[in-house]
Amino acid sequence: MTQSSLIELRGITKTYGTGDAVFNALNGIDLNISAGEFVAIMGPSGSGKSTLMNLLGCLDTPTSGHYSFQGIAVETLNKDQRSLIRRHALGFIFQGFNLLARTSALENVELPLLYRGYSGKQRHLMARKALASVGLLEKERNTPAELSGGQQQRVAIARAIVTNPATLFADEPTGNLDSRTTHEIMHLLLELNREHGITVIMVTHEDDVAAYAQRIVRVKDGLVASDELNPSSNPAT
Amino acid sequence: MFFNAFLIALREIRRNLTRAFLTVVGIVIGVAAVVTMVTLGRGATEVVKAQISNMGSNLLILRPGQGWGSRGAPQFSESDLVAIKNQVPGIRSLSPFVMTNSPAVYLEKARNTDIQGTSANYFEIANWKIATGRFFTDEEVKEGAAVCVIGETIRKEVFGKNVDAVGKRVRLKAMSLLVVGVTAAKGQAGYGDDLDDNIITPITTVQRRLTGKPNLQSINQVMISGNAGYPTAVIVSDIYSLMRERRGLTKNEENNFSVFDSLQLADAISSSTRVMTSLLGAVAGVSLLVGGIGIMNIMLVSVTERTREIGIRLAIGARGREVLLQFLVEAVTLSCVGGIAGILLAYALCRGLAEVVGAPFLFDPKINIIAFVFSAAIGIIFGFMPARRAAALDPIDALRHE
Repeated sequence: MTQSSLIELRGITKTYGTGDAVFNALNGIDLNISAGEFVAIMGPSGSGKSTLMNLLGCLDTPTSGHYSFQGIAVETLNKDQRSLIRRHALGFIFQGFNLLARTSALENVELPLLYRGYSGKQRHLMARKALASVGLLEKERNTPAELSGGQQQRVAIARAIVTNPATLFADEPTGNLDSRTTHEIMHLLLELNREHGITVIMVTHEDDVAAYAQRIVRVKDGLVASDELNPSSNPAT
Repeated sequence: MFFNAFLIALREIRRNLTRAFLTVVGIVIGVAAVVTMVTLGRGATEVVKAQISNMGSNLLILRPGQGWGSRGAPQFSESDLVAIKNQVPGIRSLSPFVMTNSPAVYLEKARNTDIQGTSANYFEIANWKIATGRFFTDEEVKEGAAVCVIGETIRKEVFGKNVDAVGKRVRLKAMSLLVVGVTAAKGQAGYGDDLDDNIITPITTVQRRLTGKPNLQSINQVMISGNAGYPTAVIVSDIYSLMRERRGLTKNEENNFSVFDSLQLADAISSSTRVMTSLLGAVAGVSLLVGGIGIMNIMLVSVTERTREIGIRLAIGARGREVLLQFLVEAVTLSCVGGIAGILLAYALCRGLAEVVGAPFLFDPKINIIAFVFSAAIGIIFGFMPARRAAALDPIDALRHE
């Protein structure tokens, strides 16, 4: 692949706390990710993989180091500017789904469009299209409490892709799901990566979930322990 | 951005109707309580004031003895009146006044009532207005004419509801009087007397034909009105000195007369109603406070859920100020809805209670605004402050909030 890097990390560190309670979550990460990749970040709990994920997703800022996203130096941005990057370029899927309670699937999916300033009609159209692409159009009126875990995660995926982001971040997207649903969700992510060219960056600690990715980055003690292409990354779509 | 925030805020309210309802109820109760209490209190104060000004706004009454129950004290004479009129400065006019009672009879109906004998200027001194007909004149007083002016209660009870009494004759004991006028109703006095249950005739008529005491030594009371702007207290003390002197009272002897000052009574009564109003207002203020604490509780209880909501919104790209604006609009909307509902409820309560209490409904914008602003401030502060804290968090921390 000869694309220029979508993401470039140089010497990224992240420290929590101060004084005796100081905790170094990341100890100098160097990483390049190109547009269109499907990357799994793996590691045991406490390895710093979630911290890395939050930094990549512009949800958090590094203590030191350089992070360039689409050529923008993220560490120089303030909160609002990072919000705008998330709004316009990123989509998120969380382990706990993080849908708004008592809010219909359709309105949950519409939410990012509201902040992008689309008209009511456009929002409706785009949200229905996104819901259809995750196969949940018939559940558009249902609230999260009326949906199964897999369905909630599919609504969350619809919400993440409704703005056509270039990059999708998934933090343990299948952590709360049974194995059959896990594979449904992973197929969905794979499809988004292969057919829509969306860069997918996913944190997981499950090998069979990571197996869907074409590249696996292993993190240990706040450092990149290994970074290799996944030879088995060829599941039939 | 503002329209967006408004849209999002309204959606959030619609989704959380229970929470919205509880918030609004706190404000409604607080506002309604304060506005109702204060409005009714003010209405009552106005009623008392109106009743007192019906008596004649700066009316002084010179009475025999001290206080109410002093029979046997010497009455006043025509020469007392002349002396007061000539020697006490600041007096606009004064009239003699005698009282007796008698059944008033017209056809088969009779009613025992007060018969008041006085001069023609009494009507002005005591602030009477004519409803139909006319007052009697100085000439009629001079000649002791058989005429009278009757109160509204007499017209209604003795002559009949829709009867024009003017030109008819009413019989008092052995005397028949021509009704020349009916006074405009004054209603009840502050102490509960019906001010319209009386018949006013020339003093000469009463003295010669009714009480059989034609001498001018038996004036029961003297009605005095002061010049506008002249201090009543000075007139009162001048009358005391003059009358003590005329009656030859020595230093150690107590007054055998008294001067009743309607203005003083008005002040006393209205200051006591004011105290009642403030007391009611204070009670209502407590309910406003309790309502405010209710709002606070609802807001604080929902902080966890709302912090997660803020985290979600931030994560998908909302800016902190957009989230804050949404929460502000929510809080303002709920507070305003509550405040307006509270004022409407107070309006309904006042309308209903005004009948019961007998006070008029007086819309006082000031108390409405105070109650509204106070409750809205509570709603906004407690709706907004937790949101401000949450929006300052990193999205990740807000999402993890337990």
